[in-house]
Amino acid sequence: MNRIDQLFASKQTGILNIYCTAGFPALEDTLPVMTALQAHGADMIELGMPFSDPLADGPVIQDSSTRALQNGMSLKKLFTQLKDFRKNIHVPVILMGYLNPVMQFGIEQFLQQCAATGVDGLILPDLPMQEYEQEYRPLFEKYGLHLIFLVTPETSEARIRQIDALSKGFVYAVSSSSTTGKDKDMKGQQAYFERLKSLQLKNPVLIGFGIKDKPTFDAACAYSNGAIIGTAFIKAVENAKDLDGTIKQFIQSVK
Amino acid sequence: MEIAVNTKGSKYHVNEKGYYGSFGGAYIPEMLYPNVEELRQNYMQILGDPGFQQEFAQLLKDYVGRPSPLYLAKRLSEKYKANIYLKREDLNHTGAHKVNNTIGQILLAQRLGKKRIIAETGAGQHGVATATVCALMGLECIVYMGSVDIERQAPNVARMQMLGATVIPATSGSRTLKDATNEAIRDWINNPVDTHYIIGSVVGPHPYPDMVARFQSVISEEIKQQLQEKTGSPYPDYVLACVGGGSNAAGAFFHFLDDEQVQLVPVEAAGKGVNSGFSAATSQLGKPGVIHASKTLLMQTEDGQIVEPHSISAGLDYPGVGPLHAHLYETGRARFLNATDDEALEAAFELTRLEGIIPALESSHALARLKDLNLKPSDVVVVCLSGRGDKDMGTYIKHMQK
Ligand SMILES: Cc1ncc(COP(=O)(O)O)c(C=O)c1O
Repeated sequence: MNRIDQLFASKQTGILNIYCTAGFPALEDTLPVMTALQAHGADMIELGMPFSDPLADGPVIQDSSTRALQNGMSLKKLFTQLKDFRKNIHVPVILMGYLNPVMQFGIEQFLQQCAATGVDGLILPDLPMQEYEQEYRPLFEKYGLHLIFLVTPETSEARIRQIDALSKGFVYAVSSSSTTGKDKDMKGQQAYFERLKSLQLKNPVLIGFGIKDKPTFDAACAYSNGAIIGTAFIKAVENAKDLDGTIKQFIQSVK
Repeated sequence: MEIAVNTKGSKYHVNEKGYYGSFGGAYIPEMLYPNVEELRQNYMQILGDPGFQQEFAQLLKDYVGRPSPLYLAKRLSEKYKANIYLKREDLNHTGAHKVNNTIGQILLAQRLGKKRIIAETGAGQHGVATATVCALMGLECIVYMGSVDIERQAPNVARMQMLGATVIPATSGSRTLKDATNEAIRDWINNPVDTHYIIGSVVGPHPYPDMVARFQSVISEEIKQQLQEKTGSPYPDYVLACVGGGSNAAGAFFHFLDDEQVQLVPVEAAGKGVNSGFSAATSQLGKPGVIHASKTLLMQTEDGQIVEPHSISAGLDYPGVGPLHAHLYETGRARFLNATDDEALEAAFELTRLEGIIPALESSHALARLKDLNLKPSDVVVVCLSGRGDKDMGTYIKHMQK
């Protein structure tokens, strides 16, 4: 069974998924960051594959991508770093990134590497549902990888149902219509969260974008199975001297 | 004047799924889906509406000054021993072909009930053309421009501001056209309801490449009529146009795409030389990939990171090319050439001294390849003079002082 499904089978509320760009803050920090995240209570890890032109991201995650690329991060390098990570890390791991580097690596080769190293799922925001269905779905299924799709406050109910039908693992509910890291108020989103909840989707739902501390995490968890924190975590670790200590403190402040 | 609507059965026009051969599509994040889908569902119907067509044609005539002349350049023709015609897009209001598209898109935005307009710009010509139509229609206008381009195209920044637009510098990446486009897309993600994004070239997710090409197709529609009057045949032997994203070329080629006897010659910016590491010749240096939500040829590293291009002309300084052009390249329908910074400068001065026309640096790239076509005296050649050189005077003055 896919580790994402295992997690949701055993835990339905308050799931904390933390995003960090691979190769950030330093090239070899990928594994230490993942280890610390697991040790201090993250339920799931989303690793960013850095890209030169991350369209859906705000300045903080964009800068972390640029820095990771300057550090020398690449998909090849990432798979080398991930070669033995399953010896120590058992929480579900998702890779998030843009389509172009994956296409250059070769989609099938990429999926095969993900499966071989022990990655559980993927978020590829610029791979739309239609292209996935027409071209790529059998490959993802062949390698047992869950592709996670996004919904937003502007997504129609009919389309949410389509996305839910196609999704495996969970549905990623973007909290507001924005790029990552925008400080939009969760209170204004209640109607949208209520609407999502009332749809009773077949997949679990995690809420992301703009979750940054305990109040926003709790607010999101009230309507969903948990939440995803990205920008706030990047900000916390970007200049950290003691990575492990910083990560411990960050997770304690949220949970 | 009429916007081309029926292109069914063509090998080179877009298909129902939004592809040109294997290129095109809409690789958009879900946040953009409602906006792009709204456009996709409505654009052909709006473009085909007689009321829309009439308003578009009227504005092109009375406001832009169309049809733009097709001028037989006598001294240039003598030099290259052929019949060389210049399609004078430089004489349009605001000084380039870009306004054909912004007029079309502002009318479309009004019909979709949008209140706020965003755009990206490289040379500033598209930004000025967008700010102009926003002033005309009384709509709010925000233009993203790379901070490098803000410096090298200062007069156009001032024009946009005088027209009432807010110019926001793009400070990420190479700080040029690609990054300005990223910022405009991010703005659209953050403003999903009341905003229309006026893309300035035949790039971006479907339906943009097709929609922009249709608005620009007025260029080749006029060329055909004008050539018929002047030469007795609507078909030239060659059509040359510079290619950044490819909108003036798409417009100049549009009505000739399926007439294979017409040789289509897109000219890209080679910068300091195709293999110098400072170039924007995408067809030569690019591989298939996804940039700005379109599957097309783009300049990238082995790891799939987008490469920073170089050209002396800000309007050609783009690491991709529209999916139509990627298809024309792949099928061999068009013959892709390129010109260096120095060759473009030389061609700009040549045209100025022979014909009394100061061209934009972008357009000068197309002029620079006239010498390589092995022309016969009977050949009819059309060069799309996409814009005028006022905005490039800083660069030209420096060149004269050398
Ligand atoms: C005069 C002129 N020509 C050409 C271009 C390149 O654009 P495209 O390739 O879309 O025609 C520009 C862009 O700014 C321009 O200003």
